[in-house]
Amino acid sequence: MKPLCCTLSLLFLAACSRPPTNVEAGLETQVLHFGNGAEPKSIDPHVGTSVGANNIISALLEGLMAEDPRTLDPVPGVAERMPEVSTDGRVYTFTIRKSAKWSNGDPVKPSDFEFSWHRMLNPELGARYAEFLYDIKNARRYNLGRKCDGGLWLFNTRKVQTAAHAAEWAKLSEPERNATFASLKPPEDSGAKPTCPFCKKNLEVPAWDDWKLADVGVRAHDANRTLVVTLENPNPLFLEKLNHYSYFPVHPPTIDRFNAHIRKDTKWTHNAGDYVGNGPFMLRNWAINARLETERNPHYWDRANVKLNGVYFYPIDKKDTEERAARAGFLHSTQSLPAHRLDFLTRKWPTHYKAEPYLGVYFYRFNVTEPPMDDARVRRAFSISVDREQLVKYVLRGGQEPAYGLSPGMGKFEAKARYKFDPAEAKRLLEEYIAEKGDAGRKLLENVELKYNTSEDHLKIAEAIQSMWKENLGVEVALLNEEWKVFMSTVEELDYQISRMGWIGDFRDPITFLDLWVTGGGNNNTGWSSAKYDDLIARARREPDLAKRFTIYNQCEDILAAEMPVLTIYFYRKHYLLHPTVKGWHPTVLDHHPLKHVYLKATD
Amino acid sequence: MGRYVVKRLLQAIPVLLVIATLTFFMVRLAPGGPFDEEKKVPKEIKERIEKHYGLDQPLWKQYLSYMGNLVQGDLGPSFKYAGWTVAELIGSSAPVSLMLGLLAMLIALSIGLPAGLIAALYKNSPVDYFAMSGAMIGICLPTFVMGPLLILGFSSGMGWFAPLGWYTWSDMVLPSLTLGLYYAAYVARLTRGGMLEVLSQDFIRTARAKGASERRVMLKHALKGGLLPVVAFIGPAFAGIISGSFIIETIFFIPGLGRFFVTSALNRDYTMVLGTVLFYALLIIVMNIIVDLVQAWLNPRTRLE
Repeated sequence: MKPLCCTLSLLFLAACSRPPTNVEAGLETQVLHFGNGAEPKSIDPHVGTSVGANNIISALLEGLMAEDPRTLDPVPGVAERMPEVSTDGRVYTFTIRKSAKWSNGDPVKPSDFEFSWHRMLNPELGARYAEFLYDIKNARRYNLGRKCDGGLWLFNTRKVQTAAHAAEWAKLSEPERNATFASLKPPEDSGAKPTCPFCKKNLEVPAWDDWKLADVGVRAHDANRTLVVTLENPNPLFLEKLNHYSYFPVHPPTIDRFNAHIRKDTKWTHNAGDYVGNGPFMLRNWAINARLETERNPHYWDRANVKLNGVYFYPIDKKDTEERAARAGFLHSTQSLPAHRLDFLTRKWPTHYKAEPYLGVYFYRFNVTEPPMDDARVRRAFSISVDREQLVKYVLRGGQEPAYGLSPGMGKFEAKARYKFDPAEAKRLLEEYIAEKGDAGRKLLENVELKYNTSEDHLKIAEAIQSMWKENLGVEVALLNEEWKVFMSTVEELDYQISRMGWIGDFRDPITFLDLWVTGGGNNNTGWSSAKYDDLIARARREPDLAKRFTIYNQCEDILAAEMPVLTIYFYRKHYLLHPTVKGWHPTVLDHHPLKHVYLKATD
Repeated sequence: MGRYVVKRLLQAIPVLLVIATLTFFMVRLAPGGPFDEEKKVPKEIKERIEKHYGLDQPLWKQYLSYMGNLVQGDLGPSFKYAGWTVAELIGSSAPVSLMLGLLAMLIALSIGLPAGLIAALYKNSPVDYFAMSGAMIGICLPTFVMGPLLILGFSSGMGWFAPLGWYTWSDMVLPSLTLGLYYAAYVARLTRGGMLEVLSQDFIRTARAKGASERRVMLKHALKGGLLPVVAFIGPAFAGIISGSFIIETIFFIPGLGRFFVTSALNRDYTMVLGTVLFYALLIIVMNIIVDLVQAWLNPRTRLE
């Protein structure tokens, strides 16, 4: 043991003076140390998709609109003022600031935006968030369409847009049109390419150069610094969406230099200097899985108001590690907290602990294609027999809000309770079902399974709900867990009866939650379908008036509450630690904290 | 000896090819793919992405092209981290894991060997009991308990070290110590056991009878033989430290290969899984060769071949 003592005491001597922590040093250096969750797969705005990617990209790039740090309402970003909007609400004219510059000193031009949206929508790039741009006229056509000799078709939905053969198409009768649709998709694995039913030539994916042909509603006029955007439908939330990174610009000469027009795996985002951005900060160094450093961008138009000298992003995906780091003064802010620590932190670290409303909902899906969950009464019984108040108060213990509807409150949209905890009614519904189906129905209810992806937190909730079902309905539900990727494919194949999920909204419009449930939607995964619901969603998309939109959303919510394809459980809270020296940081439902407004100052 | 090493390395090639083949098909058997995310994308877009990475080809074609590239030393692009190749990611993270492993081994040996020797020398005395109880505690205390305890004491408490990271030299102290102390416990016990066995043998009695000093008996006559079990342990343990440092790397947020080893499987980052598995396989093969060489040197009874 002697050598052990020697080694330890040597170590003590070697480090006897205590160096300042990052948080202490931050007051001097104005460098923010930011816990950022798992390492994003990319910080190219057209490739990255995670919350972590959003945090970094929003520091490095800026869109036409920025956001107010408190209200998140759109304010001019690269655009020098709010755009002029045509009376029909479809044409937006933006004027780009004269002072807007890229981090290498180049001016930001309207054509840079056209180039960026062109790249985002180019089908060969395969951008995952391309659909964010479908608000723009013909954007969807370019992204998902097929072309034949100068024409463009869209045929993944029943809605056709033609640029060629329009006259021929107009002449077709309904059955002929259906036959045309059928012929557009060759049998799987035949290797044959679909051909155009009119000119009999092969249908191809639009190439980079078909941009003009597709006639996407973006026109840049560099001479008078304007960008004219035409929308598919008037959308009162379009300006707010412009602050999503999928609308952010990339520097065209850089993309040229790396030949990254249609390739997402180039290295332009890896090194300082290569990543030319137009945001308040610029890339200084990226050691993957270790730290991404940014420093202030000397060419940013609003540099006088940027207070931080840099932000360091730490991709710490383990919640306990992140919490330890914040408590030791290594990080100013964490991305999340371990659920089992919330109670402790509420009591011991009230000055750092944050539990803020967050635009997300935690829910269980029902597979409505199989009995017994094909019966709305059963789904309703399972839903109203869950005591969400108890769950939130005694199991979650993080200030979450019970969810009696799908969309959380956001902006002017209010989350109404559309049903309530009613075990007696639940029991009655189930008895009614059993009376009708007899022993077969009883048997079905004995074999219900709940699947969730492996995690302590999900298990805890599932166990609580399992016991509520047992107590209130007399139904024993089995719990099954699966690893995340396995779980996702299980859910997609509808190989479940009840499955858990969470959904985080991308912008403050209930449609980000509601449009999940349209017929055949990629994220529906319940088998549930309602023509009336689909119609309402389509109407909402065309509705220019926000109040009228909200009325439609409420109707959608009522349909969901009546048919109950999902069992909503609670609305999220964002739990994290934030050091009191961080100022200019405000709670927002999207968890956006525009870093250009943030600064570090000792608390009095 | 040169010929022996070359021969062993040549034998490793088919082993690696078999490992590559098995791993290739095993990761593909797991449900879910690298590009499945929570938010679904239109089918057309997913097809474009998969086509870009050659995942639209039949599996046997993908296998052939992967093996073809592998033979030329190309491990392919990471499916998860856009723009990074597997070789780059391993190249940046393996040295970190190796450094951590080396430091931990150094600590393990510099604490474990003397402790084991002293315990053997003063067999069944309070010193022996003290050292061996310490070793027992070391073995029983897993790294995921030891690590946070050290952070609590020296980082959150005293503030001498950063609680995590691998940015400066001082960041290496706590993780190496956590891992080193754990292995020091094993080394101490193995050293004591090995030494006691050797010390009871006839040639030691002869040496003592000839009047050799106790110091000379221990260091000159007994040590070489007594260390054999330690050497046999260290080789595989070193490979284990490198590949099994996932826990340490996660606790201390170290950008090493251990983290990639686990997360690449969870991400279904096929090429990265294969790359890390092959790297570890190679590492274990090399470590085993080194162990065999050292053992042959320490123990005249074993010969190469």
